[in-house]
Amino acid sequence: MDALRFAPPPISAEAETLRQEVRAFLREELGTGPRPRDRSGTLGGFSPAFSRRLGARGWLGMTWPKRYGGHERSYLERYVVLEELLAAHAPINAHNVADRQSGPLLLRFGTEEQRQAVLPRIAAGECYFCIGMSEPDAGSDLAGVRTRAVPVPGGGWRVNGTKIWTSYAERCHYMILFCRTGERTEQDRHAGFTQFLVDMKTPGIRINPIRNIAGDRNFNEVVFEDVHLPDSAVIGTPGNAWRQLTSELALERSGPDRFLAAFKLFVTLARAVGRGEPSERAAMALGRHAANMVVLRRMSRSVAGMLQAGEDPVVQGAMVKDLGTTLEQGLPDVVRQLLAVEPDLDSDEEIASAIAEIILHAPSFSIRGGTREILRNGIARGLGLR
Amino acid sequence: MSDDALTRLLHDTAERVLADHCDRQVLAAAEEGAWPEPLWRALEESGLTLALAPEAAGGAGLSVGDALGLVGAAARHAAPVPFGETVFATWLLLGAGMATAPGPMTVAPVMRGDRLVLERAGGGWRLTGTARRVPWARHAARVVLLAEAAEDGGRPMLVVVPRGTAGEVRHGANLAMEPRDDVRFDGTVLPAEAAVAPAGVGPAAMRAFGAALRIVQIAGALARALELCVAYAQQRVQFGRPIGRFQAVQQNLAALASEAAAAAAAAGLAAEAAGAGCDPLAIGAAKGRAAEAASTGAAIAHQVHGAIGFTWEYALNFSTRRLWSWRDEFGNEAEWYPQLGAAMAAAAAEDRLWSAISGIGMAASPSPQGSR
Repeated sequence: MDALRFAPPPISAEAETLRQEVRAFLREELGTGPRPRDRSGTLGGFSPAFSRRLGARGWLGMTWPKRYGGHERSYLERYVVLEELLAAHAPINAHNVADRQSGPLLLRFGTEEQRQAVLPRIAAGECYFCIGMSEPDAGSDLAGVRTRAVPVPGGGWRVNGTKIWTSYAERCHYMILFCRTGERTEQDRHAGFTQFLVDMKTPGIRINPIRNIAGDRNFNEVVFEDVHLPDSAVIGTPGNAWRQLTSELALERSGPDRFLAAFKLFVTLARAVGRGEPSERAAMALGRHAANMVVLRRMSRSVAGMLQAGEDPVVQGAMVKDLGTTLEQGLPDVVRQLLAVEPDLDSDEEIASAIAEIILHAPSFSIRGGTREILRNGIARGLGLR
Repeated sequence: MSDDALTRLLHDTAERVLADHCDRQVLAAAEEGAWPEPLWRALEESGLTLALAPEAAGGAGLSVGDALGLVGAAARHAAPVPFGETVFATWLLLGAGMATAPGPMTVAPVMRGDRLVLERAGGGWRLTGTARRVPWARHAARVVLLAEAAEDGGRPMLVVVPRGTAGEVRHGANLAMEPRDDVRFDGTVLPAEAAVAPAGVGPAAMRAFGAALRIVQIAGALARALELCVAYAQQRVQFGRPIGRFQAVQQNLAALASEAAAAAAAAGLAAEAAGAGCDPLAIGAAKGRAAEAASTGAAIAHQVHGAIGFTWEYALNFSTRRLWSWRDEFGNEAEWYPQLGAAMAAAAAEDRLWSAISGIGMAASPSPQGSR
């Protein structure tokens, strides 16, 4: 069962020095105490100005080659920066997808022209990406996508179809579009897919906002109507996108974002019960949550170390996400059993608005980036059962 | 030989010895009270029981973390001997600068509230008190225990008590029928050299080290339970196909695999902490999380096995009854979580909760021995 092995996380003095630098930066940027809720949508917030300042510090595109604007630092150092940002509830949503998965995808499979055009801007915190995977009839079963790109005589591709659940489509510069360009074969139902680098200003793209249950305004449907893409937009090899997608999903799943989404609520809870001495019952609950986080952190740092070593910890990433999202989805009930609080997004009472925010977002934790069931299928495959 | 190569060699040796000597007959006989002498002799002759002792003392000079790795391997095979307790006792002896010796050892006290008192008597000592649920006491050649020095303000003293010296050993057992004996010392007379004041090891470090031991054992037993489950699910046919082909079963086994991985991560955390000062927050977090993994994991393992797993004949129970015992020994969630939670609340009140959480298990000082 080597597919399930977690290597001991590496110890890196550089990474811990970096951690102190990031903390000092975040104290300066965000202060230390509680902050009002970001109303722009999704946990964390979307701030181009903040993203550019991170880029200026060299904390985006950290592991990429310098010739593409990267900083050639380790995955462990990148991990440290990311978890510090998440723990501080920093507004990372502008650059996060680009930095986490789109940039690495282009680095691995993109053309030299695409890398030159995009990667330095991502690393500078100026260029944002949205994800073009899900469709109205293809969620967990991504092989069912129907958006299709057809080669046009004289060059380029014509795209028709609809993508959905696209966070921040309205504010992103590019989408990595996953669509059909050929037919599946008898042997391979994953054949015939291609990924494209799509400039969101391309004529024919229509963005329809979808309001989510938390009232956020960043969720969208993206409709492609006879959208013309140049040949230079193809990422990697036409027909090969399924394999490219697999490594992109591994990056989407394995990070600390999967157990630090609700951390702000835990901080608020610990402050609320911690005035003076916490009751034994409260201390027990805080201890349990913290212990689970400590162990998840170790697993997630282990994944970072394995990425650094050139391994492909796909199953390990799925485990971290499954355990992390389950833990965080349980947090509102932990709070409710300790404190008399009525959830209210607009309350002046910090705990009331923090729990409201998490209650309303929690269902998405085990859906976005791969549902719990899909992740467990992947783990079962690692066990040799599929 | 490099340290890594030596560790690997010992690990391979351990796997071989354990595979050869821990079959079902051995496990069953041990539960009926038999001492598995061939297993113990093989462990001793291959140098595993003295893994922690320095090479000058005939040991392998392994780090605490690597020695605990061997303890985990023994637990995966449900080895019915006090291998972990012997490593524990060796750690205490080394920390106090006392000599190590062959033979199975154990430690006391292991229950909170148990007090052993050491008084001066002539040129030596007199030991009084009862230690409850001492692991494997009836089979131990020596009990290494921590007593309070009566004439010295209750200062902790490390005491070595050879077999036959204790006043009374009352047999008891945990759910896996591993011996957990009450040992009464009724003014037991010991020579002067039997006790020393240990440098830096007190009751807190001792409790944490014991917890670390049980954590690595839980990880080993859960790994074994997962192996048994996967093999069984591929073999057992119902409705015309192996039950492992049913998605409901696969989903449960995936959850079990994640719990086993969490327990392994907790074991890594505990092993590092045990080798670097026995931070009670790190080991407490790991013990609580490993205990949760034991509970969730054992339940899934039994569900997947159906009725066969409920029989004594089938091997699963040798792992799960250990999980149900080890999760509570040296402190369960009720003991460790409130300590950790109080520290978290204190940190939160000073706006440094994240710094507190992210610091746990990261402050590995290079000292090979406990400092508490």
